[in-house]
Amino acid sequence: MKSAVIVFPGSNCDRDLAVAFEAVSGSRPAMVWHRETELPDGLDLIGVPGGFSYGDYLRSGAMAARSPVMQAVAQAAARGTFVLGICNGFQVLTETGLLPGALMRNAGTHFVCRDVALTVDNSQSAFTSRYGAGEQISFPVAHHDGNYFADVQTLDRLEQEGRVAFRYAESVNGSARNIAGILNDAGNVLGMMPHPERVIEKAHGGTDGRRLFEGLVESLMAKA
Amino acid sequence: MSTNAPAITPQIVADHGLTEEEYDRIVQAIGREPNLTELGIFSVMWSEHCSYKSSRIHLRKLPTKAPWVIQGPGENAGVIDIGDGQAAIFKMESHNHPSYIEPYQGAATGVGGILRDVFTMGARPVANMNALRFGRPDHPKMKHLISGVVRGIGGYGNCVGVPTVGGETNFHSAYDGNILVNAMTVGVAETDKIFYSAASGVGNPIVYVGSKTGRDGIHGATMASADFGEDAEAKRPTVQVGDPFTEKLLIEACLELMASDAIVAIQDMGAAGLTSSSIEMASKGGVGIRLDMDKVPQRETGMTAYEMMLSESQERMLMVLKPGREDFAEAIFRKWELDFAVIGEVTEAGPDGGRLVLVHRGETVCDIPLGPLADDAPLYDRPHVPTPALAPLAEFADSTNISIDLLTLLGSPDLASRRWIWEQYDHMVGADTVQRPGGDAAVVRVHGTKKGLAISTDCTPRYCFADPVEGGKQAIAECWRNITAVGAMPLATTDCMNFANPQRPEIMGQFVGCIEGMAAACTALDFPIVSGNVSLYNESKATGGGSAILPTPAIGGVGLLPDIDRMATIAFKSTGDIILLIGERSGDLGQSLWLREVRGLEGKDAGPPPRVDLEAERRTGDFVREAIRSGAVTACHDVSDGGVAVAVAEMALASGIGAMLDQPLAGGIAQSYFAEDQGLYVVTVRDAALVELLSKAEARGVTAARLGHTIANRLIFELPESDHAIPLASLRVAHESFFPKLMDAEL
Repeated sequence: MKSAVIVFPGSNCDRDLAVAFEAVSGSRPAMVWHRETELPDGLDLIGVPGGFSYGDYLRSGAMAARSPVMQAVAQAAARGTFVLGICNGFQVLTETGLLPGALMRNAGTHFVCRDVALTVDNSQSAFTSRYGAGEQISFPVAHHDGNYFADVQTLDRLEQEGRVAFRYAESVNGSARNIAGILNDAGNVLGMMPHPERVIEKAHGGTDGRRLFEGLVESLMAKA
Repeated sequence: MSTNAPAITPQIVADHGLTEEEYDRIVQAIGREPNLTELGIFSVMWSEHCSYKSSRIHLRKLPTKAPWVIQGPGENAGVIDIGDGQAAIFKMESHNHPSYIEPYQGAATGVGGILRDVFTMGARPVANMNALRFGRPDHPKMKHLISGVVRGIGGYGNCVGVPTVGGETNFHSAYDGNILVNAMTVGVAETDKIFYSAASGVGNPIVYVGSKTGRDGIHGATMASADFGEDAEAKRPTVQVGDPFTEKLLIEACLELMASDAIVAIQDMGAAGLTSSSIEMASKGGVGIRLDMDKVPQRETGMTAYEMMLSESQERMLMVLKPGREDFAEAIFRKWELDFAVIGEVTEAGPDGGRLVLVHRGETVCDIPLGPLADDAPLYDRPHVPTPALAPLAEFADSTNISIDLLTLLGSPDLASRRWIWEQYDHMVGADTVQRPGGDAAVVRVHGTKKGLAISTDCTPRYCFADPVEGGKQAIAECWRNITAVGAMPLATTDCMNFANPQRPEIMGQFVGCIEGMAAACTALDFPIVSGNVSLYNESKATGGGSAILPTPAIGGVGLLPDIDRMATIAFKSTGDIILLIGERSGDLGQSLWLREVRGLEGKDAGPPPRVDLEAERRTGDFVREAIRSGAVTACHDVSDGGVAVAVAEMALASGIGAMLDQPLAGGIAQSYFAEDQGLYVVTVRDAALVELLSKAEARGVTAARLGHTIANRLIFELPESDHAIPLASLRVAHESFFPKLMDAEL
């Protein structure tokens, strides 16, 4: 598997995501600096990590969406390359328009960092194939702007098309219909606020996140 | 104050926080009247914050050495060897005055400052901690302060991507008008890539990197060296504003440059900014320094040399580079979109030492010897009187209902769950946090290894107030104990000495007493102090609160776990485990939270604090650590605030597993369950491991007594008169309600 992790100057989960990619696939991802206009050839998977891309003093992810490298990511996504955006990465993907909707300030107005219960809404995607439908799992969240918003038509469409990958099974941030992660219509782009890369080994206190990466690797192998 | 022109009047001297004697001393040192810029430089360098003029003489009594100490106090942070060519670099620092005036920015820049102290030395920061003291929860200003401080710490730490893994929080009316915000950072470096601040090499370029200099924070160090008057609010403009994104860039850029051999010396610009960084670098290196102020990157127009030298703009560093490496270094900082400017050079020291020379707009605006600014700064042996010993505790009625008392304690401000605080901190970024907040010590794995760093911050100010010597001892011992309780070997500490006005002999007596107790404990436990900071003048009449704070020597300790798979946590693991008390009991209720929360006795009415027997402490702790590492112990928690009952309740709440305490304990109910005995641990073991553990304890002269066993979801106390059962759900409600209730109607 050939993968890359995008690095904005304020990314801070870039290493964690790279560690997860490598732990599961056995190969080290390329770290791609935000000013790059091209991605390495033949990528199977692109990770857009958590953090504060450019400080996020404007809207979270708004500036990153306009960075040179995100144009290349959008083109790759259009060609079918898998893209996984976590936390700030999800915010960047919505700002880029690769995913619909927006992430607003948490309803409780606080930054929130804790384990949350999630249910797997769609276990058929390349990202979620190792989970059972409706299975309850636990991932940590760590965000200030994770309150997912979209208009009713978009929300209805996401649900009808099975594009809600994960929902919160408890009250976390005020997200519309408890949405924690969504897929694009082609199913090759996933954006999610919770952090699967923080629960991939026993020392993390949980391993539910590992299956997301394992499922991805498996799907990519099958594709190849 | 915009030019050097005005003559120095007694009023200007007083406005700079200098006494007449100190001014005379300046005149004598430089052989003439200083100009305004020079006066400003002396005032910040001789401020308590930078010079430690009241404390230095006593700080020397603290043990600072051990075979594993690579660098003790005197550098930006302390450095200890953690094996395999790796070092842990850490320090704790106060940001009290700014945080009271402007809590968000005050706390945020406190975090920023301590991070810089650590990465300046070549370490990647891996963990932040904080020790907070607030006033009465119902004080009209307190919610605003709590909210601002917590948001500020989170806002900064979350953005730079360093996990905030724990800390401590106390409430007491003595902090009503002067809260304490102490921030600690721990970093990891390679032992052969540690950077120091001593400048060397005449002619070497002096380089400024990071943010531009503005007019913010001028005289922050002087402000932090005086009591608050009624006009604390008016000092808001002296609080700096933080930019964590720039700090993140600065960390990455510095670490990238540090991978090369281009740096001779490096120092962050903290309190007193360019002044203290340049002077400290030069005086440590025994050289002089010449700066061209026109080259300093400036955020505002028309800045004077005085303003640039005294600005405390954040996210700035000063470096001495090897000659010819400027372009190489500049490319790195440009890549990270940071300012980079060669602003001066290292100069030769004359027979009387180096000089600080500043040139601005073609004029020499400052030319003064470095000696009197740093090494020969004033040093005071201020009068001090020992704190009188408190009368033994008078008779008091025993606990009449253990359930109600326990619920009261668990819901009290000093014992209630701090979840509301730490859920606002990203405590997992880096994916190496292997023990999260809420236990005895946080544990952060050393990336890519099996090793873990155990980190704890501790101090019990009410003990220090009642008996500074015992309180100082206890602060060190508790920190050592908390690190031990996760199975780690405690290695070294950093101290943040928060006290009131040192010009009052009884306050100075508290300081001297705490140091004495700390020194004794550090020696007995082989737990030296390798870095720290002193914050004096923590008293205020601004809000009608108690004037002086409680003496608060906050201790931050670091220990090493060789294998994170052999780590203890406080959570019970399964029902049917045997619960043991390891250590000696004294049943001393003096200064206990039970007395305060249940009997309403505190301060001078609450008797002397529990004594720490340092020999027993060490013997017991060493035994517990070995037992954890042998795999015999399934859970471990030290006994501290609230006593045995609270310790057991916390273990139950962390797990959802209950306990049956069926072994009679000597003494009354309060003595048995709420005394804050020192050097005592609650551990659980599997039935099969019990006999061996008890015989090992006996062989080592360690007291181990059976307390009960773990059961499903409730606590049962078997008492002589009657049994008490409390469902964990009730304990949880009591424990978790305090902060949300207090803060929900937040500002």
